[in-house]
Amino acid sequence: MKRSRRQFLKVASLSVAGLGAQLAAGGMTKAAAAVKPSYKEDALALKAKRWAMVIDTREFTSKEDFDACINACNTAHNIPHIPGKTEIKWIWKDAYEHTFTDTTNKYQSKEIEDREYFMLCNHCENPPCVRVCPTQATYKLESGIVAMDYHRCIGCRFCMAGCPFGARSFNFTDPRPYIKEVNPKFPTRMIGVVEKCNFCVERLDAGKLPACVEAAQGKIHFGDLSDPESEVRKLLEENFTLRRKPSLGTEPGVFYII
Amino acid sequence: MYNSKYVISGLVIFLAVFSYPFWGNLASKDYTGPKLSLPTDQKQCIEPVEFMRSQHMTLLNQWRDSALREGKRVYVASNGATWDASLQKTCMSCHTNKAEFCDTCHLENAVEPYCWTCHVPPKGNE
Ligand code: SF4
Ligand code: SF4
Repeated sequence: MKRSRRQFLKVASLSVAGLGAQLAAGGMTKAAAAVKPSYKEDALALKAKRWAMVIDTREFTSKEDFDACINACNTAHNIPHIPGKTEIKWIWKDAYEHTFTDTTNKYQSKEIEDREYFMLCNHCENPPCVRVCPTQATYKLESGIVAMDYHRCIGCRFCMAGCPFGARSFNFTDPRPYIKEVNPKFPTRMIGVVEKCNFCVERLDAGKLPACVEAAQGKIHFGDLSDPESEVRKLLEENFTLRRKPSLGTEPGVFYII
Repeated sequence: MYNSKYVISGLVIFLAVFSYPFWGNLASKDYTGPKLSLPTDQKQCIEPVEFMRSQHMTLLNQWRDSALREGKRVYVASNGATWDASLQKTCMSCHTNKAEFCDTCHLENAVEPYCWTCHVPPKGNE
């Protein structure tokens, strides 16, 4: 009696489990088998081995010159305008002594010291932010761009501590109420993630130059640093340029014509 | 058997309660899923309906990784058609009503995705 009951239960439970599994698997594989996804690049995508930016600081003389670029970036990426210490910054301007901390001489051109300079993520060749990010929410693309996947960011802010350029902002609040007009083509971010400039990788992938470069009308140049024939390499050859904090060895991809 | 009166009636009650989901469902009307408002100007989704119904999240995860990590932002569907691998630019341009499309099912199934804390739902639905 005892034995046959055990056997009955075994057989019964196995057959129920088997039936269930078959139903589930049958349903799943039928739907999945019909779909063979593949992905490709946009035919227009701009390509480079190492994207770099050259900013002609001599050309930025008025507030409007700066604002045109900042506004273009803000609109393209739904960057909120939050006043005070919790502001979100992708591209902004600052004084000479804050931009080039390594290279201040005691007596030098007043004109150069009085200029303002654009600051943004440098898309470093050795990005400390990528090294310290525990989730790979920050990563380096093959084209040299340091990109963000906000789905993965856990807001630990290691990257903010790692970045020597202050190029990252933390979302202390939900940014949406601070965006004047939301651009439906680009996501906003959420409270609790870290954000920064992405060299407009979404525009490059669609065949367009970065929004700030476009708005600068020739004052900012963008191109492939690895190509000796490129515009950026020619500009570097012909002009005296600086990079920020070169002694740290992060190898910034943003150059300033002085 | 001791107390057979109680034991047997107890067993009968237990069986009745235990098996309620089975005969209760047999007696009731068939379950019908929630009514979604579908796009009026489109006949077909990017993949067959059954696939979209059961695996849209898997697909969106693949779209994200392909677009962000590999720069491959064009999805080639199983019927050869190509689509921008973008929730906002592709999905929401047909499904313009988040409340009557996404939310209807998600509420019914008690699933609360937080896509919309970052991705912008189409205008007029939030
Ligand atoms: S500037 Fe900062 S955020 Fe940009 S790549 Fe370098 S370390 Fe990372
Ligand atoms: S805050 Fe986000 S991006 Fe920065 S290190 Fe942490 S997980 Fe990575």
